[in-house]
Amino acid sequence: MKPARFDYVAPTNLDDALSALAAGGGEARALAGGQSLVPMLNFRLGGPATLVDLNAVDELAFVEPTEEGGLRLGAMARQQTLEHDPLVRIRAPLLAEAAPWIAHAQIRSRGTIGGSLAHADPAAELPALLMVLGAQARVARAARGSESGARIERASSLCDLYLGPFFTSLEADEILTEVEIPGLRVGEGTAFAELARRRGDYAIVGVAVRVRLGADGLCEDAAISLINAGPTPCLAEDAAAALLGEVPTPAAIANAAEIASLQCSPAADMHGSVAYRRHLVRVLTNRVLLRARGRARERVV
Amino acid sequence: MSDRRRWIGERVPRIEDARLLTGRAPFVDDWEPPGTLHVAFVRSNLPHAKILDIDTAAAAAHPGVAAIYTAEDLGALCCPGPVLVPPPPIEGAIFHARTPLPLAREIVRHQGEPLAMIVADSRYIAEDAAALVSVDLDALDAVVDLSTALNEGAPLVHSDLGSNLAAHVRQTKGDYEAAKSAADRVVARRFRYDRGVAAAIENRGVLAEWDARADRLRVWDTTQAPIPIRAAIASTLGLSEAQVRVIAPFIGGGFGPKVMFYAEEILIPWVAMQLGRPVKWIEDRYENFFATTQEREQLHESELALTEDGRILGVRDHFLHDSGAYDPYGLTVPINSQCTLLGPYRIPNYESEFRVVFTNKPMVTPVRGAGRQHGVFVMERLLDIAAKELGLDRLDIRAKNLLDPDEFPHNHEIIYQDSAPLTYDSGNYAPALAEAARLIGYHDFENERRAAAADGKRIGLGIVNYVEGTGIGPYEGARITVEPSGKVRAATGVGTQGQGHFTAFAQVVAEAVGVNPADVRIVTGDTSEFHWGTGTFASRGAVVAGNAFGAAAQAVREKILAHASEALEVSEEDLELVDGTARVRGAPDVSIALGELARRANPLRGAVKPGTEPGLEATSYFGPERGTTANGVHALIVAVDPETAMVDILRYVVVHDCGTVINPMIVEGQIHGGVALGIGNAFYEELTFDEFGGTTNASFMDYLLPTATDVPAIETAHMVTPSPLNPMGTKGVGEAGAIPVAAAFVQAVEDALREVAPTLELVDIPLSPGRLFEALQDAGEEA
Ligand SMILES: Cc1cc2nc3c(=O)[nH]c(=O)nc-3n(C[C@H](O)[C@H](O)[C@H](O)COP(=O)(O)OP(=O)(O)OC[C@H]3O[C@@H](n4cnc5c(N)ncnc54)[C@H](O)[C@@H]3O)c2cc1C
Repeated sequence: MKPARFDYVAPTNLDDALSALAAGGGEARALAGGQSLVPMLNFRLGGPATLVDLNAVDELAFVEPTEEGGLRLGAMARQQTLEHDPLVRIRAPLLAEAAPWIAHAQIRSRGTIGGSLAHADPAAELPALLMVLGAQARVARAARGSESGARIERASSLCDLYLGPFFTSLEADEILTEVEIPGLRVGEGTAFAELARRRGDYAIVGVAVRVRLGADGLCEDAAISLINAGPTPCLAEDAAAALLGEVPTPAAIANAAEIASLQCSPAADMHGSVAYRRHLVRVLTNRVLLRARGRARERVV
Repeated sequence: MSDRRRWIGERVPRIEDARLLTGRAPFVDDWEPPGTLHVAFVRSNLPHAKILDIDTAAAAAHPGVAAIYTAEDLGALCCPGPVLVPPPPIEGAIFHARTPLPLAREIVRHQGEPLAMIVADSRYIAEDAAALVSVDLDALDAVVDLSTALNEGAPLVHSDLGSNLAAHVRQTKGDYEAAKSAADRVVARRFRYDRGVAAAIENRGVLAEWDARADRLRVWDTTQAPIPIRAAIASTLGLSEAQVRVIAPFIGGGFGPKVMFYAEEILIPWVAMQLGRPVKWIEDRYENFFATTQEREQLHESELALTEDGRILGVRDHFLHDSGAYDPYGLTVPINSQCTLLGPYRIPNYESEFRVVFTNKPMVTPVRGAGRQHGVFVMERLLDIAAKELGLDRLDIRAKNLLDPDEFPHNHEIIYQDSAPLTYDSGNYAPALAEAARLIGYHDFENERRAAAADGKRIGLGIVNYVEGTGIGPYEGARITVEPSGKVRAATGVGTQGQGHFTAFAQVVAEAVGVNPADVRIVTGDTSEFHWGTGTFASRGAVVAGNAFGAAAQAVREKILAHASEALEVSEEDLELVDGTARVRGAPDVSIALGELARRANPLRGAVKPGTEPGLEATSYFGPERGTTANGVHALIVAVDPETAMVDILRYVVVHDCGTVINPMIVEGQIHGGVALGIGNAFYEELTFDEFGGTTNASFMDYLLPTATDVPAIETAHMVTPSPLNPMGTKGVGEAGAIPVAAAFVQAVEDALREVAPTLELVDIPLSPGRLFEALQDAGEEA
């Protein structure tokens, strides 16, 4: 459990980091909090030739409000800021609610938002949380060959980011630089729940939801995302759609939970069978929708 | 004696903790003599295979590699290891000994079996080189499933044996068949009890240094048994025992597997001698899942025959025990299961038969509890099920069958792991059960249950008994010396692994010699300090080494009194030993310090009386005729969410009787640690294997140990029924906490769900939320 040899660079700005990644020709990897990458190096699972350490790239470590009432989270912001930053509590209460469920305090103090999103563990909380909030990721790379300018940037919805377990649409020379989250709207409530074997473990199954109620009590918008209930974090679109235009009665919520449970595609492992995970998706979706409904009602004006 | 300050029984804070907690306690990996080479092993990733070829050429050419060895390079060293614990003399018992080679030759029989040893400038380089060794293995069908391993046509772990049967033992008492035909009710069930790795914080490690000028070998080793290891190294390497010094410094937990004698413990010293350089191997966590022994599965088919009012007439238990690929530790684990099943109960007729089975999995040897939990689980489950079927209260059915205080010593007429008949020395079981029931609130629990139900919570209670055979022989020793400084040096060979020996033994010595425990320096785990003894295992340290310290301390006390009487010119009866001095009773000013007496007892000039022994020193040994039996009751309350199958432990109570308590705080610490281990076994830990026999969760990401947040506060109460088998009256406690947890846990979970799933019967350990969910589904379908 000792890593193979690798080179190490620690650039202090994004452009240098991007060119170091590009120079690696597919053999370089970004090092963020190291909480997933370092254990993989120790297990010698796909050792990169060069590590490009992002920890000194200060311009990626920020949490900022947007004019639209939302938030921008820099890739190198630590997971613990979600728990403690008052701005996050107010503008994205879902993230503050769920952050204590991401690993343990020690790991959250090193682990980053960008690292969690890029690592693409189907059992990770952050991708699903940001998906349900409708976040956009920003991705940058150094210009290739004939391209003009130093840096090429693109935006990606969170859904487009995930291709499979531990597999994203990020190219080897790309860095995920930030995510932007829209603000919470009037009549909108969010909630989160997960079951893990022990506090701090990856979820057996988790569910995050967002519902928006109109003044008439009808559901105007809903999103449900599932953690560890498929090869990638995913939205349960049909389940959410079933709520639209309805009064979210316990029966309507139970129906949505049933749809989510039927349509998800969890895998079995030593912590739970497919049947158990499907069952948990139903139980948890039901519970969090009821909670989010209560919160939404408090925000209807 | 009135002059003795009572140290035995005091909550003396652990003397070793200051060093441990400030990082000053040395562990094996803290030593790194100049020029140390580091070892990594190439291990088989297949559980069962023919070795076609191992090509080490590329690895040998890798810069920084000093040497590579395969089985062919070991010469005479490449022979099967010893059977460490020969099976007890049980009539008709069959035992086929098969022990591993230091490096596999021709066949690999479990995943992780070592194929090649790489010695390099650093562990990093050694691992780089390991990746360059090309191993050509031809996979063979593996024996994975215990239940079918003895079937005709199953693949064979040891082809020369013709079957996978490693051992067959049958022990009986009375006539079960007759009891069964006289019974009003017979309860028969199948049980599966699975365990896992010991998961000590510190993995294993060995560092060896050959001093060619002194012609001596020094070995630092994470062993629970330094003296037997020294003997094994000396005899294997053709050295005198005096040439070999084994040091087991602080050990980061042992829990059983570090009693084993492993191939690495011979290979590393051998290589150090070959290369003339210090050589170190530190096992990593991944290796630990294969290279260190573990405990695993037993499958029981069991019957309990009773009268209508719940009196036990007899028990029949037939079980299979997975021993893994080899059986170097004999029959200790299954015999413990067989003997511990009987518990505190009066069981007139017992028929117990087990078959030990070779499988293509890592070796099984004792892990804290060492098979006892399997037996307790079977017995306590049978009683729960019987109580339900007979409409009896689960506390009553237990109370009714407990042995009475006047039934001791109680001979169960079968042979225990120490080769002596299983005879309980003393016990007082009914008060312990009553006390646990009181502490957990058994009699008021229905109100509590209703109140919780009104809050939408399902809570349940579990309460079970166990008896643990502890403190077995053969013997341990101790040497106590009062130094001229007035401090006391006290050495033993028993070895230590964090149990508080530096404090508990110091208390025993302090009490007899009249000093403060802080002034007693306990030395253990170094064969140059004391070279007789066997090791720390089987909950025996406080009993066997403790009483050796007691005897040596008494002998030193007598020497002190004799010298002091001469020095102060008073008779011995008028003296007392207090605060490091000998002084005259009623005239405390007339005194002499122990240090001064020590100097006088070792004159450097002049003559002594013929027959005088120098110094205030004595060596004593203690060997009990047989083990002593401790007992206890565990009770807990759980809350279960029937929708998610998640379980929370709300309260945990342990009533424990280990005879004379030397230090209640240390006893409680042992119990707390044991309960944590038991909770892991009951609900979290499980080794998983794929259909080919490969481990699928060899890391702490998927092998779940309970953490501080998963272990509740544990309330303990002590009962004291001294053992008549040793002067101090102590019984063992090291394993106790781990033994009955699973039995109590499933009873509580069933109880919590009794309205939701009245037919739910939990007969499999470990339980997990996933498995509980399945059991609930099955119970739902049944209902
Ligand atoms: C004991 C333990 C428990 C854990 N439990 C949980 C849990 O319950 N839930 C959970 O979600 N996570 C959990 N984790 C993982 C933890 O959250 C990690 O920190 C996270 O997955 C990765 O973040 P990191 O900053 O450490 O990234 P690193 O480990 O440094 O990197 C991970 C991967 O992402 C890439 N990467 C990092 N940053 C970027 C970037 N900006 N752009 C492109 N690629 C990038 C790296 O190259 C690497 O491939 C746990 C970890 C441990 C050790």
